[in-house]
Amino acid sequence: MTRQMTGAKMVVQALKDQGVDTVFGYPGGAVLPIYDEIFQQNDIRHILVRHEQGAVHAAEGYARSTGKVGVALVTSGPGATNAVTGLTDALMDSVPIIVLSGQVPTFMIGSDAFQEADTVGITRPCTKHNWLVKDTANLSSVIHQAFHVAASGRPGPVLVDIPKDVQFASAEYTPKPKAPVGHYQPQVKGDMETITQLVEALENAERPVFYTGGGVINSGPAASQLLRELVDATGIPITSTLMGLGAYPASGKHWLGMLGMHGLYEANLAMHGCDLMINIGARFDDRITGRIDAFSPKSKKAHIDIDPSSINKVIKADMPIVGDVAHVLEDMLKVWKARGRKVNREALAKWWRQIAEWKQVDCLKYKNSETTIKPQYALERLEALTKGMDRYICTEVGQHQMWAAQFLGFEDPNRWMTSGGLGTMGYGTPSSIGVQVAHPDSLVVNVAGEASWLMNMQEMGTAVQYRLPVKQFILNNERLGMVRQWQQLLHGERYSSSWSEALPDFVKLAEAFGAKGILCKDPKDLDDAIMEMLNYDGPVIFDCLVEKHENCFPMIPSGEPHNKMLLGDVKATNAIAGKGAVLV
Amino acid sequence: MSALQIKKGSSKHSAYNLRPTFSDVQESHTITVLVENEPGVLARVIGLFSGRGYNIDSLTVAEVDHEGHLSRITIVTTGTPQVIEQIKAQLGRIVSVRDVHDLTAEGSSVERELALMKVVGSGEKRVEALRLADIFRANVVDSTLESFIFQLTGAPDKIDAFADLMRPLGLVQVARTGVAALARGQS
Repeated sequence: MTRQMTGAKMVVQALKDQGVDTVFGYPGGAVLPIYDEIFQQNDIRHILVRHEQGAVHAAEGYARSTGKVGVALVTSGPGATNAVTGLTDALMDSVPIIVLSGQVPTFMIGSDAFQEADTVGITRPCTKHNWLVKDTANLSSVIHQAFHVAASGRPGPVLVDIPKDVQFASAEYTPKPKAPVGHYQPQVKGDMETITQLVEALENAERPVFYTGGGVINSGPAASQLLRELVDATGIPITSTLMGLGAYPASGKHWLGMLGMHGLYEANLAMHGCDLMINIGARFDDRITGRIDAFSPKSKKAHIDIDPSSINKVIKADMPIVGDVAHVLEDMLKVWKARGRKVNREALAKWWRQIAEWKQVDCLKYKNSETTIKPQYALERLEALTKGMDRYICTEVGQHQMWAAQFLGFEDPNRWMTSGGLGTMGYGTPSSIGVQVAHPDSLVVNVAGEASWLMNMQEMGTAVQYRLPVKQFILNNERLGMVRQWQQLLHGERYSSSWSEALPDFVKLAEAFGAKGILCKDPKDLDDAIMEMLNYDGPVIFDCLVEKHENCFPMIPSGEPHNKMLLGDVKATNAIAGKGAVLV
Repeated sequence: MSALQIKKGSSKHSAYNLRPTFSDVQESHTITVLVENEPGVLARVIGLFSGRGYNIDSLTVAEVDHEGHLSRITIVTTGTPQVIEQIKAQLGRIVSVRDVHDLTAEGSSVERELALMKVVGSGEKRVEALRLADIFRANVVDSTLESFIFQLTGAPDKIDAFADLMRPLGLVQVARTGVAALARGQS
């Protein structure tokens, strides 16, 4: 049976066929036909955001918390350019999303028409792939292909640009199974020879460590399960990047905590001192490695990644394995079991004793105060009062983000939404909205700094409109905290433009939006205030006034290796100097 | 997506994989990329090179399979072995790329370029230019009483050599196609 329909109807039909239930978007002239189709159906829910950047981050939050593909719909020109930050963010963090953008009609392309922009040109470097559809006959198969590209291999953002005349014209609809997926078929099975070699190295290693990343989470729940089985069966310590938190539970016996620039002392020293590093779905980002030429000097390195370009990009891999994490872990476990489940128990016990010594340093310790709320304390209390709840955490970018990673524990994958690679201030609020839409009955908290939070605060309107009870937990130090910290470390405490001046009254702001506002500035009131936030059935802006000049430690200063960490008791002023000063 | 196997260096034909991956030596490689011929595909490839700071010494592109809509892009690039490996992996990641081959690494290949050179002069110089053109097997494709246009095919260094010789003899304009290349043998 052939089905003739308009391009606009095709868009909605293709989304339905792909199992999409929610679209985040903002209408405009070039997407009106699609909005008209959305109006006339009830299967797909449209969430009206307040800014297109918010739509894309919300789609990211939706995607990362569900493992499904997130969808955003924007108009041509400014709608598409506003989506660029979100697309880049999703590309850096490998989040599968689809942005559908309207375009001026085909016969006007190139004429500098009203709200025309070269959308595929602008978004080419910030998408995994993009399409300009010039013929309605191709539209539905391109959308199906777009879902395939976004979700397979290393996931990422894609964009489909649809001119308005293509939306109006009619053609035959290509259903999902008949649509050619193209030649894009990334390799998922790892090379068995190298996997066996890795298992052999694992059996003999004296100081092994698992270093896992967002790839484990992207690979799906099975990957996290297999990782837990492998770690617990071998007894090998495990650390993770910011993106990989939750793949192995924070309460797990073998958990070292996060590694990297603001990672834990024991995790970084384990990386520095190990003799076998097993990188699973991480990419040796500069926040992780510190100084490259002094990075983990004594180890053999295995690198499991679905993206061949990640391997040997930064750090040379002795055992490179291109494949999907879940597939490779399954094979690894199979081989390890078949070979008799061996590990070097004696050496491992010694390695764990060494790690226990490093843990004694207690690198997260901080001086608490009875009069001022320390940001670390606020997060400790948030953790204590929400532990065991069905909880999702989003963050903005900066000091609060690192403290959240250090002080909150993640027991499961897909529970932690943060902008890692791009470091997008303003990510958290819209992301929390996307998460809450996907999980209406769960607790969704956006741990924020006041400066980041202001960047996309317009999305509170979205939260209120759709009755999304997102909790905006703002650690308000009236500073651009991380910028200020770096100015202290690097620029002689000359705090150039790192004050948040003329801040709004957040309680009144909440009320103006129709949400609830809570102010807390006394550590003694903190628990009650957090409980009030948790018990309120609706969106809350929680203004937590915290210590203004607290620094985030431990820290690997830029240009230094893992074993040169700064701990909390260091004299911070001008602690970064020399070659490291040019790094970010 | 190309079947880029990183496992044991990039070639079974050469000792290429024996050199250190992270050495500082700059190497010149000819990479051939088969792409789906769709709008913007060249921009994707060129954007990759400019965006990631890789060099393009020469680039040619044309559709080679009209029915399958496939184009072959031949790129000559320079970089350290690690950069060359990255270039290949990054190219393989582009969704419209079907296949990536490093002809320099994968054994012997044939590389050819076509050049047109306009030489203006008279008397002794003009005779000498024609004599050298004969040695290089360049054809005269246009002539006036004061000028020649030579057409020359060959490997890039042969064309460089011919251009060097023509310069003192009145070379005024050069147009080169860039390198087209194929691996020798059956595969």
